[in-house]
Amino acid sequence: MTLRPHTLVHACAAALAAGCLGATLWHGIAERGAALAFGVLVAVGELVRYHGPRPHAGRRPGDGAPPGAGPQPRNGPRIRQAAPLAAAGSLAYALLGEAGGRPSHHGAAQVVAVVLAASLLGSVPHIGRGRGPTRDRLARRTLTVGFVAVCFQPLYGRGTFDDWGGPAHALLLLVLLSLSALCDAVLAAVLAHSRTGWPFPPVLRDELRALPGIGAAVVATGAVMALGVAVVGLWALPLLSVSLLLAQLSYRRYAAVRATYRQTIASLARATEIAGCTPAGHARRVADLSRSVGRDMGLTEPDLMVLEYAALMHDIGQLSLVDPVPAGATAALPVQEQRRIALLGGAVVRRTGVDPKVAGIVERQAEPHREQPPAARIVRVVNAYDEKSRAGGPGGPLTALEELRLGTAGEYAPEVVESLARVLSGAAGAKEYGDGYDDGGGRP
Amino acid sequence: MEALPTRARMYVTGVAAAGLLCLLPALPLPSVPLTRTLPSVSGPGASWGAVASFAVLYAGCERLARSRHLGAPSPVGTFHPVLLAAAFLLPPSAAALVVLPGALLAPVEQRPLLVRRIWRAGRLTLAVWAASRAHLAAGGREAVADGDVPAALGAAGASVLAFCLVLTLLDRGVPAPAGGVPFRRGSRAPRPEGRRTTRRTTWWGLFLRSLAPVTVHGLAGLMMALLWRSPYGPGAALLVLLPMCVSWWAFAQYHRERAAHQATIRALVQAVDIKDGYTRGHSERVGQASTMIARELGMDDERTEVLRFAGILHDVGKLGVPTRLLTKDGPLTPEERRVIELHPEYGHEMVRGISFLGEARAAVLHHHERLDGSGYPYGLAGGQIPESARVVAVADAFDAMTSNRSYSRARPVPVALEELQRCAGDHFDPRMVEALVRAIGRTGWHPAVTAEDAGRFPGSPGPPVTEPVTEPVGEPAAARAADADAGPPGVRR
Repeated sequence: MTLRPHTLVHACAAALAAGCLGATLWHGIAERGAALAFGVLVAVGELVRYHGPRPHAGRRPGDGAPPGAGPQPRNGPRIRQAAPLAAAGSLAYALLGEAGGRPSHHGAAQVVAVVLAASLLGSVPHIGRGRGPTRDRLARRTLTVGFVAVCFQPLYGRGTFDDWGGPAHALLLLVLLSLSALCDAVLAAVLAHSRTGWPFPPVLRDELRALPGIGAAVVATGAVMALGVAVVGLWALPLLSVSLLLAQLSYRRYAAVRATYRQTIASLARATEIAGCTPAGHARRVADLSRSVGRDMGLTEPDLMVLEYAALMHDIGQLSLVDPVPAGATAALPVQEQRRIALLGGAVVRRTGVDPKVAGIVERQAEPHREQPPAARIVRVVNAYDEKSRAGGPGGPLTALEELRLGTAGEYAPEVVESLARVLSGAAGAKEYGDGYDDGGGRP
Repeated sequence: MEALPTRARMYVTGVAAAGLLCLLPALPLPSVPLTRTLPSVSGPGASWGAVASFAVLYAGCERLARSRHLGAPSPVGTFHPVLLAAAFLLPPSAAALVVLPGALLAPVEQRPLLVRRIWRAGRLTLAVWAASRAHLAAGGREAVADGDVPAALGAAGASVLAFCLVLTLLDRGVPAPAGGVPFRRGSRAPRPEGRRTTRRTTWWGLFLRSLAPVTVHGLAGLMMALLWRSPYGPGAALLVLLPMCVSWWAFAQYHRERAAHQATIRALVQAVDIKDGYTRGHSERVGQASTMIARELGMDDERTEVLRFAGILHDVGKLGVPTRLLTKDGPLTPEERRVIELHPEYGHEMVRGISFLGEARAAVLHHHERLDGSGYPYGLAGGQIPESARVVAVADAFDAMTSNRSYSRARPVPVALEELQRCAGDHFDPRMVEALVRAIGRTGWHPAVTAEDAGRFPGSPGPPVTEPVTEPVGEPAAARAADADAGPPGVRR
């Protein structure tokens, strides 16, 4: 078996953790008070970790299809920094040079050991609920904290930073933490890439784009905690935790309302199926496949979100028709009729308050591909593929792909068709991740 | 608001004058460092440079918040951490001066602009001055300078109390005709605050409510002050603001997304209304009646909200019924009736994936069940029917009777209630019926949308003849059946 990057990352993290734990046990713990305070902070931070909105809240058994379980729900608004307090606390401990005016003597090994132990301890209740820490997460935490601590502690202990007093010291911490945040983003992208096979650049772009939000708050709080402890001692920890907890709470509500919104959109999309306009599961299938194709073509997370919403609602215009289209197969209709339905759908979507871009895509899904925005091209191709492959029976998928290839002169964008072929041939891995959220049983 | 009452004008002038008085000690000596004018209270940080940087910081933050949020209601208000940090570091008059540029320059959305700006600046000036004064009196300056956190916390607590107290009292003092709310909310879009005014909370309650957020801001302000005075300097203090900014941003996003979500649900309901013309506004009104029943039964706010959604979405399954059947101009065959009776199941199929709806999903499925077991789709009886469904069933029937339908004129509210009471026990849960009767007896029935022009949507072909099966109208079953078969006279045949 070949060595995959995430195995390598795990091995590195495990080696680092083992070494640090061993060294700490050997030398004993220096400055127990500070170690305990930071340990408690990290553990509490882990304790209040946010796992994303509960998918099964209030749901009765048998009330819908189980969500396709990936190792992490990657599809949709993933929680990038679920335990900001723990992250900030561990970074601050790694950067702690003095406490209450006295220099501190804990080494890099102790930092990693304390953070790891506290993280595990804080995760115990979550394990009880079946949501223990994933190895990816622990590996990232260990490596990031280890990186910062190894960069800072030995040099600080040797007095290299003595010339960097006052504001320059603050700047130094900030630069170091920003660097570590970048490394963490790269690490996260590598892990995601290695697990899913998604193209690396857009994944990295997504990770980097998420940095300015809660990531920046974590970096700032980490730096300011290290400085605050240096000035006023351990009192700074509770004082600074409050605003970060507030930020986490705001993010949590934001994530919850976004998840709810997704469910509502998915339900709205199913109206066409229930009305008999489209075959069961069509909207969901088109949305999932569009997402995979978009991912393969290098779209970033916000664009993928718009694409998914547009794909879910692409048939909504059929609700306005008095007589349903036979089997909902719009791809076989005359072009004029397709455009009319698309425009009707766009008008409905415009009223729903979603991003106007979604309505734009729905409206333009029936135009020739050269005039379409990329997302509309994807929706058109995937919709046609789903309809044709169902109509074609056992050999349907292959025939459908062949038909799409023949249609690349005018209707279907060739690069999308090629991407679709790629996704279909290697779908296994992507599929497993792509089903990570609960849409309420859209799949049959 | 153009013609501001004289009393309000005078009040604002008074507040502004008081604010100016607070500023006075700082003004006459513009070029002399404050350390010399007030040596006992100001540390090395309290120079004109510090005042200027705080003022610029505050003005910049205010600007940023308003431009970024783009009209989204910002949470707990302005950048109080900056103001409180200034109050902890600077002499009272200098701290009050920090407010001015930000409060005067930040954009205002409602007229009269000038008065609003002056009001905003005046009340904040007074509040910051009081906070700083309290901090000084509690010995906070020395504590901050020494880095003595427990003492500094105590002083900051006193300061936060003074800040909240002054703000609350000033807001309460706004003469009623001008409306405390438009003034107090300065340039912000109306927030859920509406409830505050309707509930007539005491100023004490308002004070307590504003205390929690301002305390959080006070902690951040204290940390800013401590770092500002530390060797690491103002740059490190700025970092304290970043998590706050992030949480404000997330809060604004939350509000935006929530508004979009509600618009989507409304679109879902409108889609039903368009299909089934005669029920225009029916969904909203059933939501309203369900809310009244839930409140009357003493359910908590969350459950009441869920039941409102249950009422709004109860007929969403009609989306799945062919438009031709819903608007059919003629008698329904048993076959067609069965198709229409599928709508609760269609509706449940649609909403079951929306987890926040909770028990509202059961209400959508079972709102045509009857207590005696003669309803559909499952023929549940008595306690088997979920409570939420029993609420919605009553609300649905009530609105169906009191609004115009093509087959029947609207009945007066008392008649409808009487009808409901008559059918309570075999069709409806008497508890729900009684709750509705009590609620309407107390507040009356004021539907948000009048149903005068029921039906007749453009695009709905023909006069919207109903399918009375979806009407759990409290009529005797025989009459309803007759109605279904014979149809409204004159409309068809």
